[in-house]
Amino acid sequence: MAVKVEMPKLSDTMEEGVIAAWNVEEGDTVESGDVIAEVETDKATMEVEVFDAGTILKILVDEGDAVPLGGLIAVIGEEGEDISDILEEAGSEGSSDKSSEKKKEDTDKKAEEGEESFDPVFGDLDKKGNGQPDDGRIKASPLARKMAEEQGIKLSNVEGSGPHGRIIKRDIESYEPSKAPAAAPTATVTQEDKEHRVSQMRKTIARRLSESKFSSPHYYETIDIDMSAVWDARKQLNEISDTKISFNDIVVKAVATALLKHPDINSSWQGDKIIEHRNVNVAVAVGIEEGLVTPVIDNTDQKGLQQIAAESKELIEKAQNRDLQPEEMEGSTFTVSNLGMFGIEEFTAIINPPNACILAVGAIREEPVVEDGEVVPGKRMKVTLSSDHRIVDGVSAAQFLNTLKQMLENPLGMVL
Amino acid sequence: MAELQFREAIRAAIDEEMSQDEDIFVMGEEVAEYDGAYKVTEGLLDKHGPKRMIDTPISELGFAGIGVGAAMNGLRPIVEFMTFNFAVLAADQIINHASKARYMTGGQVEIPIVFRGPNASAGQLSATHSVSYDAMYAHFPGLKVIYTSEPADAKGLLKSAIRDDNPVLFMESEQMYGLKGEVPDEDDFTIPIGKAKVKREGSDVTVIAHGKMYHVATQAAEKLAKEDVDVEIVDPRTVKPLDIETIVKSIRKTNRCVIVDEAHPFGGLAAEVGYLIQREAFDYLDAPVQRVTLPDTNAPFAKNLFDEWLPSPDQVIDAINTVTYRK
Repeated sequence: MAVKVEMPKLSDTMEEGVIAAWNVEEGDTVESGDVIAEVETDKATMEVEVFDAGTILKILVDEGDAVPLGGLIAVIGEEGEDISDILEEAGSEGSSDKSSEKKKEDTDKKAEEGEESFDPVFGDLDKKGNGQPDDGRIKASPLARKMAEEQGIKLSNVEGSGPHGRIIKRDIESYEPSKAPAAAPTATVTQEDKEHRVSQMRKTIARRLSESKFSSPHYYETIDIDMSAVWDARKQLNEISDTKISFNDIVVKAVATALLKHPDINSSWQGDKIIEHRNVNVAVAVGIEEGLVTPVIDNTDQKGLQQIAAESKELIEKAQNRDLQPEEMEGSTFTVSNLGMFGIEEFTAIINPPNACILAVGAIREEPVVEDGEVVPGKRMKVTLSSDHRIVDGVSAAQFLNTLKQMLENPLGMVL
Repeated sequence: MAELQFREAIRAAIDEEMSQDEDIFVMGEEVAEYDGAYKVTEGLLDKHGPKRMIDTPISELGFAGIGVGAAMNGLRPIVEFMTFNFAVLAADQIINHASKARYMTGGQVEIPIVFRGPNASAGQLSATHSVSYDAMYAHFPGLKVIYTSEPADAKGLLKSAIRDDNPVLFMESEQMYGLKGEVPDEDDFTIPIGKAKVKREGSDVTVIAHGKMYHVATQAAEKLAKEDVDVEIVDPRTVKPLDIETIVKSIRKTNRCVIVDEAHPFGGLAAEVGYLIQREAFDYLDAPVQRVTLPDTNAPFAKNLFDEWLPSPDQVIDAINTVTYRK
């Protein structure tokens, strides 16, 4: 009966061994205890003893070749014995590499069949991660699933750090959309590049705006507004107002009044339903050193210009001092973003979830305009509305913009 | 507040209740003349007399039966077992009679009886003296089961047990009788049966532990606090009716749970609590619930084996590390 000689485990950490030298040749006879080869392990060169007497029928590995643990290295038997089965088996496994894999498979199978894992004794069963095989399906803790659903994160984009790749709470918490497998390749960090820690604010901006841009279908409509009436009105108002009223305050007031007439713009998408908000709460995007915040002027439609100006001034100051309370940034139903003070003529903004739309306000331009066939000096401003097409269609957005245009071109109308 | 030993807290509860209600009497092996095998009833014979402090023969089935009969006839017996390991002999009276008489008489008969005594292991007492019986009795409808960890809980809950009109099994531990703790001394101090208590607040993991195991959990929590792991400990105090609400509330906060139980694993309290948690808090779990229990084998006598057998702080730490994915 032929006996297989396999690569023995000669050290605790050994995974493979290199045959340093063969002390025997095919055809030699050996006794139990004979050293037939020397093997280099990760630690030292060790001797391989045989435990059976017989003739070396086959040597399968050349000197200098590496063999994983348990890999077939030689066959001992009686002279003339047919060992084709053993060799075939070894051959069909390709390299002996597979034989250790097979062993692993066997143990896994055993575990799956419950032989090892069904042990009511404390801990054993539990410690094996419930004996779950790695079958390719996405494993996530119930909590992680719920969190991912709430945050609109696709589990398939998240790498699990738990047993068997289970996605757990901390994986969702530390998930950044940009790290998703499908994301664009990141720039190589060379020594000249400077790395910045991603602040909590940047993380929030990254997550919320990615979610918005990737999940809500944005489209954009731009309208040009004659601001000469607002220009004059503001001058007059500031002569009597306690607080200096900015153009943006007037835009915010006009937006709030226009929203009353277009409740479909003042809505949010909730998956299976659309909520039309009764309150008009306009948020104002404020750029600060670390990023961007959007404090909210509650019930904007019910407030006069002076009050809007005062509140807006206070909120902007708080934002710049990082003093805003979370509740002062919650509950918006629409957002206004204004880059006019930087001379930006027009731009598009990303919708601030859960709003349906955001208004990007450009600079007021002094330029020649044609009025009644004559070129006259004019004051024009472009605004661009980004809308979520799930909620707002193009015509609705256009109607809202036209109302807004009318309000701003006839500011007295807002008083009505 | 007074600092009392566990045995003194139990004694105070019995004494106060006996002083208020003449129908209450104590019966058991060596409860009177010898002042109790563990000195729980010390001095009560002198104070309440031999009619109300009754030494019985070594016959658990007999005196448990007398207790059930007395309760059916309007008295309020407190039956002491020298340990619940011996109460197995009285199981017929507890399981077949005390738990069922009210049900089988359509509510005509009340069984206001307390069976009390030490439960589970207490060092090298070998296989037949080391069994935890709380979950076994909790299996039977009609029985309430209490197994407390601290003197104040013991006093407050024993008083509630004595006042309860149903059979209550009140469990203690030889190893905790000397344990000291602050105990309210007002006569009307009671703790309602069926209310768990969050005894240590934490955010990373909920450890559920009662009886002697509460102290094992506390040691584990203290060690882990040094590694910044914030352990919350919930002591159910009453095994049945179980306060699953408090447990679930805690898990909703921590998202992870380890149950420590001094009984064997199969069909034990840890199994039941684990089931309830997955039903009530499934969406809040970040890891499968782990339990630390005795192994599925009898208590060894040899000290080295016994120490391996009994749940230890290290075993609890291992389980916490598993559910928090630390190791």
